[in-house]
Amino acid sequence: MTTRPSPSVTQPTSADQLAVRRARRGRRVKSALHGLGLIVVLLCTLFPFFWMVSTSLKTTNQIVAKPPLLVFQGTLEHYRTILGEQYQVGGSLVNSLIVATSATLLAVLLGTPAAYALARFDFRRKDDLWFWFISNRFMSPVVIILPVYLLASQLRLIGNPALLIAMYLTFSIPVVVWICTDQFRSIPRELDEAAMVDGASPGFIFLRIALPLALPGVVVSSILSFIFNWNELLFALFLTRGDGVTAPVRATSFLSGYDVPWGAIMATGTLIVLPVVIFSLLVSRHLVKGLTMGAIK
Amino acid sequence: MHTQRRLTPFLFLSPAVVVLAVVGIYPLVFAAWVSLHTYLLAQPNIPRDFVWFSNYLTVLRDGSFWGAIGRTLIYLAVSLPIQIALGLGIALLLRRGPWARLRGFARVSLVIPLAMTPVVTGLIGRLIFNQDFGVVNFAVNSVTGRTVGIEWLGHPTLAFVTILLLEIWQWTPFAALIFLSGLTAVPAEVEEAATLETRSFWAMLRHIQLPFLLPALTAILILRTADILKQFDMVYTLTSGGPGSSTELINLYITRIGLRGAFDQGVASAQALLMLILTTVLSRLYIRYLYRGDDA
Repeated sequence: MTTRPSPSVTQPTSADQLAVRRARRGRRVKSALHGLGLIVVLLCTLFPFFWMVSTSLKTTNQIVAKPPLLVFQGTLEHYRTILGEQYQVGGSLVNSLIVATSATLLAVLLGTPAAYALARFDFRRKDDLWFWFISNRFMSPVVIILPVYLLASQLRLIGNPALLIAMYLTFSIPVVVWICTDQFRSIPRELDEAAMVDGASPGFIFLRIALPLALPGVVVSSILSFIFNWNELLFALFLTRGDGVTAPVRATSFLSGYDVPWGAIMATGTLIVLPVVIFSLLVSRHLVKGLTMGAIK
Repeated sequence: MHTQRRLTPFLFLSPAVVVLAVVGIYPLVFAAWVSLHTYLLAQPNIPRDFVWFSNYLTVLRDGSFWGAIGRTLIYLAVSLPIQIALGLGIALLLRRGPWARLRGFARVSLVIPLAMTPVVTGLIGRLIFNQDFGVVNFAVNSVTGRTVGIEWLGHPTLAFVTILLLEIWQWTPFAALIFLSGLTAVPAEVEEAATLETRSFWAMLRHIQLPFLLPALTAILILRTADILKQFDMVYTLTSGGPGSSTELINLYITRIGLRGAFDQGVASAQALLMLILTTVLSRLYIRYLYRGDDA
């Protein structure tokens, strides 16, 4: 066994001391690997996002440069282009904001009373009703887009933002019902019962007692529902047109043609994603809670 | 008083039920009607005859329909286990140990793929997997020393690999975060007591942490299966189902038949309803076995 000279400590004499050293070295290696793993995770999650933003700030020549450029003189020309007459991304972002916000508000307005009833009252076939709400979360939108497209074209509703908002309720209401039913269940029943003894009406109890206490669930489900609405493509692709298209639809429309305007596409992508990413990072604790609340009981 | 009691839940529930019935159920009924008729969107002059189940027979005999179903199931069977394995690994990395600040950054960064609009994920995929100037080919060439550009999106198998890679990139964080919250349910005393007994990482995982990870695992299985069967946006912008039909998952296929090319609404509606049966059966099984609606 080799020993190493050490200026401060006398040479290890016992097997115990050697074992301690080895353990210490092992721990250092483990810790280094742990850090390396974390850095890999961090780089992998951030890279595509970073690459989109940096591409949106490159000139067209810099985008196709070989090797790819990490350091470059930035330009905002693509942002000017997409917000101009030709691409009209600004208008589509406004459309997305209107549709996503309206659908979220409506889902909360309709979903919270339903969730309250499912959590608090006993009635026949309650489980089936709960299951029906939740199963809408699992339904593929492709199943209803076909008939809705036909019905809407007969009624000349295609392009009407109200139609898109209504369709977004098919998945927003289930999200709200799912998360808020859980939330209402976690509030002690005694609070409701005490108010009822005092003669408060169910509506009053819901609005003034239960809803404020369930606010975390309402916030979480609104955040999730807004993100789903904002990101949605399939319904918007077939149910909006012209000036009424949402931002994701607008982003897909640049791909046709021989010369792909990469800068414009990545600038549009950045404008779609950046607000949601910043918002999600700010509320990441809520977001994670929402994802797990609906999932783990 | 008694009738009022019975009426109250009804009043609370009816707005949501009515709205969901109008936007969710009514279209389904109409789809069922369409699926029993000849219904060609591009040729309105052809009479809409009642054809019994002939559209369904067409679908069931249609190889390309089963091809799309098969691709979707392969997509599910490959990407979901990888998401789960990687997600568990990341959750364990983030759980404890040194590098507290780095762990914090990494955990927060996981939110970014989750919030990323899938349409934009597909567009970024087109950019970084570009054969000519994509950064992935640059990385591959730097490692291998070759200068040939790999045709990621032009080759059937590679295009399928590409959509899998992006699916895994975007949704592994979901599994990681859910596993992480499952791990935080493990009582600290139990874990500390166990470290005195064993130093083995695997024994720890299997005997101490696994019981707490099972609810997380079932949740991931349910939600990701449902969402993968719905996958449309990212693949639509990345490959539009091509080259050929190598990445045409079931939803891309159905919309192509119904709305993007063939405009055969009768057949597409039949496909969509078969799809609905598949997803309903799956989600019902899942929820029945893994969740309990009430007092779970």
